Amino acid sequence: MKFLHSIIDKVEPNFEKGAKFEKLWPLFDGFKTFAMVPGHTAHTGAHIRDGIDLKRTMFTVIVALIPALIFGMWNVGYQHYLALGLANEMSFIDNILFGAIKVIPMVVISYGVGLAIEFAFCIYKGHQINEGYLVTGMLIPLIMPVDLPLWMLAISVVFAVVIGKEVFGGTGMNILNPALTARVFAFFAYPTYMSGDKVWINTSTAEGQSVVDGFSGATVLGDLATSGTTQYSAMDMFLGFIPGSVGETSVVMILLGAFILILAGIGSWQIMLSGVLGALAMGGIFNLFAEYAISPEQQAFMAVPAWQQMIMGGFAFGIVFMATDPVSASQTPRGKWIYGFLVGFFAIMIRVFNPAYPEGIMLAILLMNVFAPLIDHYVVQGNIKRRMKRAELQTVKA
Amino acid sequence: MSKDLKITKGVNIPLKGKAEQLIGNADQPKVFAVKPTDFVGLFPKLHVKEGVEVKAGDPLIYSKDDNRIQWVSPVSGEVVEIERGDKRKMLAVKILADSNTSYREFPVESPVEMAREAIVKRLLDSGCWPFLRQRPYGTIASPDDTPKSIFISCINTAPLSADQDFVVHGQEENFHTGIEALKKLTDGKVHLTVTGMSTPSDVFKKTKGVEIHKVSGPHPAGNVGVHIHQIDPILKNSDKVWYLNPQDVIIIGRLFKEGKYDPTRVVALTGPKVKNPRYYKMLIGAQITPYVDGQVEGNNNRYISGDVLTGSKISHEGFLGFYDEEITVLEEGNEPEIFGWIKPGGNKFSISRSLFTWVFPKKTLNLDTSMHGEERAFVVTGEYERVFPFDIYPVQLLKSIMIEDIEQMEKLGIYELIEEDMALCEVVCTSKIPVQETLRKGLDLAKQELG
Repeated sequence: MKFLHSIIDKVEPNFEKGAKFEKLWPLFDGFKTFAMVPGHTAHTGAHIRDGIDLKRTMFTVIVALIPALIFGMWNVGYQHYLALGLANEMSFIDNILFGAIKVIPMVVISYGVGLAIEFAFCIYKGHQINEGYLVTGMLIPLIMPVDLPLWMLAISVVFAVVIGKEVFGGTGMNILNPALTARVFAFFAYPTYMSGDKVWINTSTAEGQSVVDGFSGATVLGDLATSGTTQYSAMDMFLGFIPGSVGETSVVMILLGAFILILAGIGSWQIMLSGVLGALAMGGIFNLFAEYAISPEQQAFMAVPAWQQMIMGGFAFGIVFMATDPVSASQTPRGKWIYGFLVGFFAIMIRVFNPAYPEGIMLAILLMNVFAPLIDHYVVQGNIKRRMKRAELQTVKA
Repeated sequence: MSKDLKITKGVNIPLKGKAEQLIGNADQPKVFAVKPTDFVGLFPKLHVKEGVEVKAGDPLIYSKDDNRIQWVSPVSGEVVEIERGDKRKMLAVKILADSNTSYREFPVESPVEMAREAIVKRLLDSGCWPFLRQRPYGTIASPDDTPKSIFISCINTAPLSADQDFVVHGQEENFHTGIEALKKLTDGKVHLTVTGMSTPSDVFKKTKGVEIHKVSGPHPAGNVGVHIHQIDPILKNSDKVWYLNPQDVIIIGRLFKEGKYDPTRVVALTGPKVKNPRYYKMLIGAQITPYVDGQVEGNNNRYISGDVLTGSKISHEGFLGFYDEEITVLEEGNEPEIFGWIKPGGNKFSISRSLFTWVFPKKTLNLDTSMHGEERAFVVTGEYERVFPFDIYPVQLLKSIMIEDIEQMEKLGIYELIEEDMALCEVVCTSKIPVQETLRKGLDLAKQELG
């Protein structure tokens, strides 16, 4: 470890002001602080500081994502072999291996392209490299269909980082969740690769293999939107043995992630809980009015028990990992409850009412990202009004 | 009507090195100092020149803004040095003490029989006036104001802070005399806030003619700002509340009872690097060297006059600050830490459970001064609110200060706060925002623009 330290000390002068690679200082600084937390001491204010920093926070979120990632890789393999009728012959390792071959390139592209742009912006602006992309880079592959061509993924990442984040000033300044910006870009730019029943399961065949008869690659939500029924049981949905975006299928693994986030105090349980309440409320309203829907498919979709709405599609993943993004969510305690509730409420509304967008959570979160500053504004105004009122009362008394 | 306060938001930092309830012996220091830097926004002017002999209680400096407010020498002796810094800013007036202190004499009088003007004049003359500070801004009170109330926080919850019930022991008469003087200064009430978590000292309980409130909860439950916020809030900048520490009430009491300025305080020498943390009797402005010599482990240490949250960094040859009741010694955390952000971190303090310190809740920690990371933009939300027991939005307030929006700062309640109230926000901040410095910038701006 001393060895690493001495290397860093040795190359550091090359990046200092006036030296040869002065312009690359942010890059060097990024790697240096990644390798070691600098020995800065508190010079103003409090003399002791909390052991946490942004790197640690982001690292904790990535740890919370790992269960969903691993399960996602396995499920990619499992769904593939299921489609080929080979699921019974394949071991756990086979499934994981097939999934890894598909998913790891997505992760690599996401990080490679995203970090390259971040670095370029930091060098251009002379800023320090921020850790925000570490989580975004992991989220993006988890919310994409496995068969999305890698170049489309790369372009989505470029759009998300540049338009979603850097134009606003980088980490901490963005209005929309960057990972969802990537997804929404891909969704509208390449709709045929982002929806329908062909993209969720890899069905490439080797010699002598073929897709089983009567195979359907539609997701639960796709099924429900078109026919009002689905072939999958609630238990399958909960455990995650269903087609869908890479990381979104297993509610169990997402709950494990939620547990880590809440235990660490990093994810807002208020947003998660109020999101669930909002979804239950909308789902409950649909249940009550299901019979008044026009088409039989819609009647069936609306009649899906409210609690089941939460284990299908990306709802669980979105509410745990994306709605809780502290930068794009509401920031006041009361605002978080309102924001979370509305995310859940609109997610279910959009997915049921608008079959063209079977995944409502993405649009619901982006919509509420836009409204979050407004919610905060009114919460803060409420506090100000209360203070003014007290001041007036006091003046009257005096 | 007294009001019991139960504070729920906050955190007690389990720092190692709490002072044992013993008064230790040490040699009297030879050098003492009055430091203008202890006071917010003070422009000091000199009364004396180098080489002049002074008695304890003789004025050394006065405020340029109000020449009635002056600071006096804590001991008798010779003015040996006027220390100056950049742009000739006055840092300290140093006195070489005589072996026997001779005091400037003040009349012995009972404040009960004195008029308000006479008390104000006596406090100004004797150098006791600067003990009185005001909210908003945390500046020294103006002799022209009459505060709506006076607060004395008899509970200190900051990490390793001096136990207020212990330090006033045996000073009952002086304390009560001091209170009598203070009662004359306000048309409103004098509020005493005492601990609700154990039995408060008789010195406090037997005080007459004041409102006594019990306070319980984690730090910052003991901060006077929290008590003012709950009991008699400051809603506009013309509201004035004065406050002072119990030990300073005792010094004021001593002035009236004994006719001298004797700024003796019981001060805690604490911190993870102190071998035998305990209390010492010290004079305000005493050089700390004789107290810390031989008492401290290691030589890469930071000496702090005050507590670890708000105290000021001094050297091994530094002086006890005007309002401080602790000397805290911590190790400097200036060693880089390889992959420090990945380590489990059981020896670091955190309110987040992403470090594993929470697995051992009873352990006291040997913390150092490391930042544990670098400054970033605001990202994580909700962490300030966990340690900030005010009906104020801390992050929104800081942002309004950063963009210098004075009107918004005022609306968001900046008058109710000074640095100590937001110190914990600074400690727990993931993005390492300099919270206290930012808040002071906002206070300065508000004071300058709105008065």
